Amino acid sequence: MAKLDELQDIVVQTRRDILRMVHKVNSGHPGGSLGCTEFLVALYNEVMDLKEGFDMDGKDEDLFFLSNGHISPVFYSVLARKGYFPVEELNTFRLLNSRLQGHPTTHEGLPGVRVASGSLGQGMSVAIGAALGKKLNGDDKLVYSLHGDGELQEGQNWEAIMYAAGNKVDNLISTIDRNGQQIDGPTEEILPLGNLKEKFEVFGWDVLEVAEGNSLEAIVNALNEAKSRTGKGKPVCIILDTMMGNGVDFMMHTHAWHGKAPSDEQLENALGQNPETLGDY
Amino acid sequence: MTKYIDQGKNDTRSGYGDAMTELGRTNPNVVALCADLIGSLKIQPFIDENPERFFQVGIAEANMMGIAAGLTIGGKIPFASTFANFATGRVYDQIRQSIAYSDKNVKICASHAGVTLGEDGATHQILEDIGMMKMLPGMTVINPCDYNQTKAATLAIADHVGPVYLRFGRPKVANFTPVDQKFEIGKAVMLSEGTDVTIVATGHLVWEALIAAEKLEEQGISAEVINFHTIKPFDEEALLKSVKKTGCVVSAEEHNFLGGLGESVARTLTVHNPTPQEFVATQDTFGESGTPEQLMEKYGLNNKAIEKAVLKVLKRK
Ligand SMILES: Cc1ncc(C[n+]2csc(CCOP(=O)(O)OP(=O)(O)O)c2C)c(N)n1
Ligand SMILES: [Mg+2]
Repeated sequence: MAKLDELQDIVVQTRRDILRMVHKVNSGHPGGSLGCTEFLVALYNEVMDLKEGFDMDGKDEDLFFLSNGHISPVFYSVLARKGYFPVEELNTFRLLNSRLQGHPTTHEGLPGVRVASGSLGQGMSVAIGAALGKKLNGDDKLVYSLHGDGELQEGQNWEAIMYAAGNKVDNLISTIDRNGQQIDGPTEEILPLGNLKEKFEVFGWDVLEVAEGNSLEAIVNALNEAKSRTGKGKPVCIILDTMMGNGVDFMMHTHAWHGKAPSDEQLENALGQNPETLGDY
Repeated sequence: MTKYIDQGKNDTRSGYGDAMTELGRTNPNVVALCADLIGSLKIQPFIDENPERFFQVGIAEANMMGIAAGLTIGGKIPFASTFANFATGRVYDQIRQSIAYSDKNVKICASHAGVTLGEDGATHQILEDIGMMKMLPGMTVINPCDYNQTKAATLAIADHVGPVYLRFGRPKVANFTPVDQKFEIGKAVMLSEGTDVTIVATGHLVWEALIAAEKLEEQGISAEVINFHTIKPFDEEALLKSVKKTGCVVSAEEHNFLGGLGESVARTLTVHNPTPQEFVATQDTFGESGTPEQLMEKYGLNNKAIEKAVLKVLKRK
């Protein structure tokens, strides 16, 4: 295992990338991105079995699908820092003619992205399809996906959840970013998700809950545990309790930063809380 | 030509929100639904004043359309609102079966239409919605041009019985429609009379058409500008009358040239009076991230593009 402090350096640099990207274009989604930074850094740098370079088919390597596409800033930063494309390209986020679209797409050919997302609720179905493809190909690598908790209000998820269990898609690990927030307010006030663990379980999934969803150690342990539970006839779900805006004190404990960029002063403050580690792009 | 004055830039979605506030006070049957986008749709004042007449469905647009259809049974007039992509493509069959085919009096109110939504990019920038909605039998399709007209249109559709698709946008744009202008569904508005070419425009492109007409006037070209705020039912009479005089047309819309206003124009002309036409519209492409102005420029949706199309169509007369 890479040392936790090495991963932590990537986390802090990724936070800086996220903040600088959304600040530059005064748009984008820092809150959910910051909340999922530890998860995606751990997934790509410690857990997933990846080949060098990128090809769409991704045979004989693990795959990841981001269903909650609005947290593209964290996805782009993690992909760039992992070497999928030059980190300088983060400078083009949301600009005209960029490969780094507001929401991830395959349209402009950005390495690391295998399907468009942004319209919520569609990613789990695609992840299931890719997992079924791996089985047909005799490829024993895994498929990972990430979903917002508000996103689970979309009915298509429940079609997918039912399908994956009913068809024993046991090479799939789907993680839910349970930050308790969505655009109009706390998820429990907008449309309560209730007992998510029990919901997934009665649909036939193997479920792990992670209370410390922003702890690298807890995430790595949970992902390794989830991996060990694959291949046993059930899809695996990780419910990750995260803090929206994690790592920037004024962005935490609120849904205000779901889709809002920091001002100049706020950026400076936020970057001050996350000193440069690997070097800014 | 007739000159129009921008009374101060405003977003069309605020026209929707402000009309909803008014409807909340004047029409007790009006109810509102939203799918986790209250702020973007500007309906917080309606919700504050009428909490019992508002339904937050969460991020679940298909369910929202079904609930809206059900609310009409018993006489409510539901205004179901979200971003245009999620209000149409996402829920096409729910609209088709539970609303259009079932003759339900639902108002589908769609913000953030077209490329001017900007930085969010193509996943959110629908350019096919007018086509999808106008193909549904019985559906009325309206795309107002500015704040005042969106407000008037919202008030008007509350009194119209039948399903309506009301399309508006995100950015602040020129607001030039007279504040007291009554909105007549299906009746195009003559903005400026001319003799050389007819420009029919809808939505954000109407203001651009007026700018283009001014620039053309300086070149000695007299353009007639008509605001087709309603795409369906289509005001054939207004188009045919104008074309009889001018002999050529440019259609302008923030939408794919397949399925949009331009195709309704072309169909009408083909059947009644074949006439040269040029399309100012997106050319069967998805959008992308960028500022609204950059995207209007790149995708040929501004006054410059209209001017160019006019010069082209004049040569084909
Ligand atoms: C189908 C669809 N409906 C609505 C939206 C608008 N939207 C973008 S993000 C979001 C909230 C998502 O909540 P959650 O999944 O909890 O993500 P978080 O805010 O926690 O990052 C909404 C409603 C969308 N992108 N797609
Ligand atoms: Mg959330």
